[in-house]
Amino acid sequence: MDFELLVGILPQVLIDGIILGFMYALIALGYTMVYGVLEFINFAHSEIFIVGAFVGVEILLGLKAAGLLEALPWPLLLLIVVLAGMTVSGLLAVAIERAAYRPLRGAPRLIPLISAIGVSFFLQDVIRLVESIWRNAFNLVYPTIDALNERFEITTTIDVSVKSLVVIAGALLMLWVLHALVNRTKVGTAIRAVAEDQAAASLMGIDVNRIIALTFLIGGAMGGAAGVLFGVQYGLINPYTGFVPGLKAFTAAVLGGIGNIPGAMIGGIVLGLLEAFAASYLSLLTGGAFGAEYKDIFAFSMLILILIFRPKGLLGEIVRERA
Amino acid sequence: MMTRVVHAVLAVAAVGLSAAAVSIFPRSILAFLLFQGSLLFVYLARIPGWLRLGLFGLALLVLMPLIGFVNGYYLEVATQVGIFVALALGLNIVVGLAGLLDLGYVAFFAVGAYSWAIVGSPHANLIFGGSGFPLPAWTFYAFLLVGLVVAAATGVLLGLPVLRLRGDYLAIVTLGFGEVIRVLANNLDKPINLTNGPRGITPISRPPTAFGVPYSEYFYFLVLAIVVVVVLANRRLEDSHVGRAWEAIREDELAAQAMGVPLVRMKLLAFACGASFAGVMGVVFSAKQVFINPESFTFLESIGVLAMVILGGMGSIPGAVLGATVVTVLNLQVLKGLSLWLNELKNAGVTVLGFSLADLPTQFEPAKYERMIFGVILVLMMILRPQGILPARRRQRELA
Repeated sequence: MDFELLVGILPQVLIDGIILGFMYALIALGYTMVYGVLEFINFAHSEIFIVGAFVGVEILLGLKAAGLLEALPWPLLLLIVVLAGMTVSGLLAVAIERAAYRPLRGAPRLIPLISAIGVSFFLQDVIRLVESIWRNAFNLVYPTIDALNERFEITTTIDVSVKSLVVIAGALLMLWVLHALVNRTKVGTAIRAVAEDQAAASLMGIDVNRIIALTFLIGGAMGGAAGVLFGVQYGLINPYTGFVPGLKAFTAAVLGGIGNIPGAMIGGIVLGLLEAFAASYLSLLTGGAFGAEYKDIFAFSMLILILIFRPKGLLGEIVRERA
Repeated sequence: MMTRVVHAVLAVAAVGLSAAAVSIFPRSILAFLLFQGSLLFVYLARIPGWLRLGLFGLALLVLMPLIGFVNGYYLEVATQVGIFVALALGLNIVVGLAGLLDLGYVAFFAVGAYSWAIVGSPHANLIFGGSGFPLPAWTFYAFLLVGLVVAAATGVLLGLPVLRLRGDYLAIVTLGFGEVIRVLANNLDKPINLTNGPRGITPISRPPTAFGVPYSEYFYFLVLAIVVVVVLANRRLEDSHVGRAWEAIREDELAAQAMGVPLVRMKLLAFACGASFAGVMGVVFSAKQVFINPESFTFLESIGVLAMVILGGMGSIPGAVLGATVVTVLNLQVLKGLSLWLNELKNAGVTVLGFSLADLPTQFEPAKYERMIFGVILVLMMILRPQGILPARRRQRELA
């Protein structure tokens, strides 16, 4: 065993894991907020996330075609695409709630879940259809922005790109805003009240439907921002890219304790780190017998194990059985 | 009395005329769809049981194989429909009767398929050494049973830890399990080459057939026979105390437990029964295709089977049959037909409202949009008609 190699790649693995983890944390928020309010797994959230990525790539490609990509400063560019992605994904989430989930409120648990799976599949092919007609291609690559690809050398073997730092900073900022929104504002109090007890909240004069729509809006916007950052970080997207990160973000939400907002952030980062470790070390430690492909199995097995042994997750959750 | 006579005459005429239409226009998709529609009419028409059975027998045992000689692709479609009918009936037990949402159902299909593929091809020599494989082709019949047992055992193994979970968590865990099986199949070409990874396994032996029956016809009859057994098994199960226990669990777990239904054992039984049908069909599928790889066992397939069950009606046997037929035909014929037709129009240089179809983007292929169909089916059925097109009899009585 090459001990020096194992230690040598450690900082790089940590950085990769943290980036991945913040990505999962941003997506996981959408799952966890909706679950907190409705006790319902919004299966279509992975597509809400990838729609954000598509909005981002369309705007960047449009700007590139107009020759503006180099002219505008990159922070402004990023701000534009992230805000656009957040807006479209947030509104999409609200529309989905209105069309496919609200009519089913009060139905047995599995009915809205099946509807959500349907929405997820439907959206995947709608994205494909739109992009096929519009660009005659549905595997799209984010245009490179040179300033973002510059790398800092920390040591001779470890370096960080600007975009990685931007992704981490952006995710941190959004998580902080969300945390403040939920805990310090009147709207946040209303969200928490609806999550606690819908009937009582409604008696206190809270418009439950509006708060639920708002929850979808915020969760969707977070997902959309994650989508844009995902595209900036990893480059290649297609309509089906969202599914696996979505499933893993859900794992992160469950890991942190579903319905629990700080839990989703912690769960996301833990899962991201674990996955980065699995991806880099599994192959080294087993002499190549098990490659990095097993990182998916690793994440899913973890999901299964948590659900079986500690369904409350790391930070706990109040679960009521609904008939 | 009059309506019955009219219905009987119409049913016979529908089957006969549509079969004739297929033989006259062997390449017309519409004619074949009419033939399938006539079978639905036979099922719904008010005719005596013996006539219904006779017409089904005539259509499926005589007319369909004959159509196969006119247009081999239709027989392939019918065989695929049969495979999916068995899968839908298996999932119907788990989702429809016991109310457990299984999103990784295709994993059991994969387990069955790989169990025959590995030993029924020279591939097993890589694992066990020597040159004793493939096993003699007749062992295929024994492996129908082996596939059943292995898949059922997998169902129990998966079920044991997860069945305590609540409904939506169970769904996600089964989804994860399905993905785990697929990723394993994709990667177990090292350290021991069990599945040959994404390259898949080929050639898989086919069983010997008597009197030189062509394989397309042979597999049609084999699948049909299995479907008949599966339907009969489903009907017996539904009315047995086990079936009633399942439905009790579906309606209210706590109440069922209070009435003395052993929850864990009944849920395990549901998983095992559902899985076993998929296992048998997996064995047939691998022999029929000669080649299998993990691509055939994706999440998309699981959701496809779920869409079939939901479309027909959860817990309803005729519903599962109808759902499987409609979805498979949509996939194999309508979407593909649309693609071909569009291509023909393109090549002919047709213009619609001044827009030349030849200018359509090349990536726009209707054949690729099966997810959209599944999605629309799932959402619309949940909102508009959650009991399905042909609701279960017991549910009908409840709602009446």
